[in-house]
Amino acid sequence: MIPDIFYVKRRTEEYPGTFTLHIKKKDDQPQTSFQPGQFNMLYAFGAGEVPISMSGAPHSTSVYIHTIRTVGLTTQALERLREGDQLGVRGPFGRGWPVEKTTGKTIVIIAGGLGLAPLRPLIYHLLSKNRDATDIHIFYGAKSQPEMLYSDELKNWAQQLTLQTSVDMATPGWQGNVGAVTSLLTTAKIDPENTIAFICGPEVMMRFAIQELIKKNLPRTSIYLSMERNMKCATGHCGHCQWGPTFICKDGPVFCYEEIHDWFHRTEV
Amino acid sequence: MKARSATSFILPSDKLNSLIHSLQQAGYQVVGPVIVDQAIIYDQIKSADDLPQGWTDEQEAGRYRLKRRQDAAYFGFNVGPNSWKKYLQLPRRQVWQAHKTADGIEIEPVNAAITPLAFLGVRSCELHAIAIQDRVFLSGEYHNEDYKQRRQSIFTVAVNCTQAAATCFCTSMNTGPAVSLPCDLEITEIINDNEHYFLLRSGSEKGQLILQQLPVTPATSAHQQQEKTAINQAEKQMSVGPRVFDSSDLQALLYRNYENPLWSDIAQRCLSCANCTMVCPTCFCSSVEDTTDLSGDHAERWEQWDSCFTADFSYIHGGSVRPDTRSRYRQWMTHKLATWHEQFNTSGCVGCGRCIAWCPVGIDITEEIVRFQESDTP
Repeated sequence: MIPDIFYVKRRTEEYPGTFTLHIKKKDDQPQTSFQPGQFNMLYAFGAGEVPISMSGAPHSTSVYIHTIRTVGLTTQALERLREGDQLGVRGPFGRGWPVEKTTGKTIVIIAGGLGLAPLRPLIYHLLSKNRDATDIHIFYGAKSQPEMLYSDELKNWAQQLTLQTSVDMATPGWQGNVGAVTSLLTTAKIDPENTIAFICGPEVMMRFAIQELIKKNLPRTSIYLSMERNMKCATGHCGHCQWGPTFICKDGPVFCYEEIHDWFHRTEV
Repeated sequence: MKARSATSFILPSDKLNSLIHSLQQAGYQVVGPVIVDQAIIYDQIKSADDLPQGWTDEQEAGRYRLKRRQDAAYFGFNVGPNSWKKYLQLPRRQVWQAHKTADGIEIEPVNAAITPLAFLGVRSCELHAIAIQDRVFLSGEYHNEDYKQRRQSIFTVAVNCTQAAATCFCTSMNTGPAVSLPCDLEITEIINDNEHYFLLRSGSEKGQLILQQLPVTPATSAHQQQEKTAINQAEKQMSVGPRVFDSSDLQALLYRNYENPLWSDIAQRCLSCANCTMVCPTCFCSSVEDTTDLSGDHAERWEQWDSCFTADFSYIHGGSVRPDTRSRYRQWMTHKLATWHEQFNTSGCVGCGRCIAWCPVGIDITEEIVRFQESDTP
């Protein structure tokens, strides 16, 4: 599968080492719509290709938005891209968040660090539905305040829904919670009958988050999480992203906890 | 064994070239067993002289040797380090090339010319292996187009096994020794005190067209009885063991034993060398490599076989998900025998025994299965 050529329409820096690219198809041709939670394969010329989740609004496909942290050679090459520069794009791939299951439910979104990026399209989707603000609870944890994604947007969201944040390390001026994001959950009130939870972040954080939710009697069928593994093809052929019986690229990256709980608590799978 | 309803014919052994030539005339490049570096591998065949006539392979865990036979059999061996997957899922191929232009970048596919190949001497376990790779690359939402085109253009001449190597366990995996999946032509080599011939039967229209061109005579029931006896002999060889086991419950067995300390025991012997995955006819994992030339203006993407035994295979930022040999061997064996069922509705093992013979330390997957079965507490 050959990548389509896209160009960088806009580039913003979230914080040092993490940036967001707004990309459009060459000649502004129409782009495929996507489901919140899906991802694209981004190709930096000659350097390589990496899976990066969709972070933009699903209903506006005139531009794809990707938030990327520089961790390897390919993401370094992507970081060097400036407005007007071109890159290759394959996608969108994978199973996303089950937005159809959110109707009438209280939404709990738990994000750790960069894990907010794949959840943002879901948040946009929910906000576009004119939902009652009290129905959406976002718990967001980051290393420190400067390393919070979408800081301006967070302020906006705080007006429209219930947002609770926490940092691992307080920097000067931080007056909020300090500690793992899961500590916010211990005091949260959750109606197990009528709640659906979406989680994305480091695996260890997701483990503790799920533990808290299960303690509050939320059924496994009401918990969804997004997984990450090495990916090369994104089409289920290269074998790299296997996780037990699943291929993260085509069976995920979003899974219902009920389907995978046996594998989730095993290590080195 | 499946019912043999198609009419059988006899081709004298000294007329084997007529089959090879008919395939060549039909536009196929014939590939089959040849001796290279003291092993029987698959390569281009010009005539029957290229075949390993009069040779057999002696195999055991961590051991493979060629040995002279007492007769002049053409297919008197089992399987070597190659499988047909090297012609269907190429070990290394270029996928695309990219260029920097005044306008930005452009990416174009690399479509290699595909020569129709005739596979001469496909064993039943190997037909099953091809069928398994078909499920990987041709079922589901995305197809591997390169594989699809190569796969569609092949002609298969399958050979019934009349002997089994010590490492063979196809009867335990229900894939042989008799040809039990469709092929274009099916042959059985028969050698008696005073005769040497092939029984032939077509399995497709393509096969029928080739068969019609050959100097064959109808087979008698005596010939067919000889064929049956010969194939039974291979089955008998395998039935006396030691590589006989019950494969019906392997998925549940390995799921139950995911944390069994036996994995650590295997890891103490396993070198994580990836040989088993390279010789396996169903292992399909690949990786890609992106390169540029010195100018930096031209880039290429190459796809090549990869193995779950390498550290890079499961690497994500921060390290490898499977950091040690224990987790990698567990992934390989659990995938092959258990999770493969969930993914593709079939086992990933066909019982060819290659991973046993080509393991440098002689780890034997059948022996490990039996050890798990013995230590299992359902």
